[in-house]
Amino acid sequence: MDSVGNIVLYFCVAICLLIFSIKAVTAKKILRAATYLLFVLLGTAIFYFQMGYQFLGAVQIAVYAGGIMVLFVFAILLTNKPNEQDAAGKRHRKLWGFLVAAASLILLIFAIFYMPLIHGLSLEQCLAASNTITMHDIGVAFTGGERFQYLLPFEAISVLLLACIIGGVTIARKEV
Amino acid sequence: MDLSMLWYLVPSVIMFVCGIYGFMTRKNLIAILISLELMLNSADLNFVIFNRYLFPGSMEGMIFTLFAVALAAAETAIAIAIIINIYRAVGNTDINEVKQMRF
Repeated sequence: MDSVGNIVLYFCVAICLLIFSIKAVTAKKILRAATYLLFVLLGTAIFYFQMGYQFLGAVQIAVYAGGIMVLFVFAILLTNKPNEQDAAGKRHRKLWGFLVAAASLILLIFAIFYMPLIHGLSLEQCLAASNTITMHDIGVAFTGGERFQYLLPFEAISVLLLACIIGGVTIARKEV
Repeated sequence: MDLSMLWYLVPSVIMFVCGIYGFMTRKNLIAILISLELMLNSADLNFVIFNRYLFPGSMEGMIFTLFAVALAAAETAIAIAIIINIYRAVGNTDINEVKQMRF
């Protein structure tokens, strides 16, 4: 039995996610779509906090809602006229998109309702069964080379980010 | 009433389906990228849900999501650099106008 506060919070966030993800793909103005995406990302961060992953929620807010959204807003303002609307797509294209989305929705809902694993624990029981993840655990997991430790991917990510910085500057720079 | 796994999987599915719809119907490259982020975000959420409900004692799903967030940041930065370059070459960011890789 989960606490009432958790259930109320869950429903608020789930309804927000539902509304804002639909608005993010149907909004006419592209800057509004980016703002709705920001709300979706924040709602996901609340889910992470609720499930007991505080560090992950903080990373989600800092990197996604902070960094990536700023990139999006910069790109939108650099490439669009402020009040320009995304020209409505052709009718058959919308129809196809709707059909494919509806088919995947039915398939995925069918899959998750018939998954044998879902009749398991409640959130309260899962949180009780797990030990709290401290910063120390995360630091040890990222800087060790043994089983369940991830030093090599961590270093690979740092090289990837460096390559990404250089690549981004090279691609977006004006030709001299 | 229990918040079981299903309750968290349903918003994730809806997010993913919205991403598919936007990916197929939008014409602006940045709007397509936004749909892509929605799908990626739903996959991240799934990692965390399965970690919490099926393996409460470990944290591998969380670490995968951390890596996925870092990769998403890199991917978005490069994609936006390419889009700005396309805007410079073509004059708008309509996906139907982009017909060749090299200008």
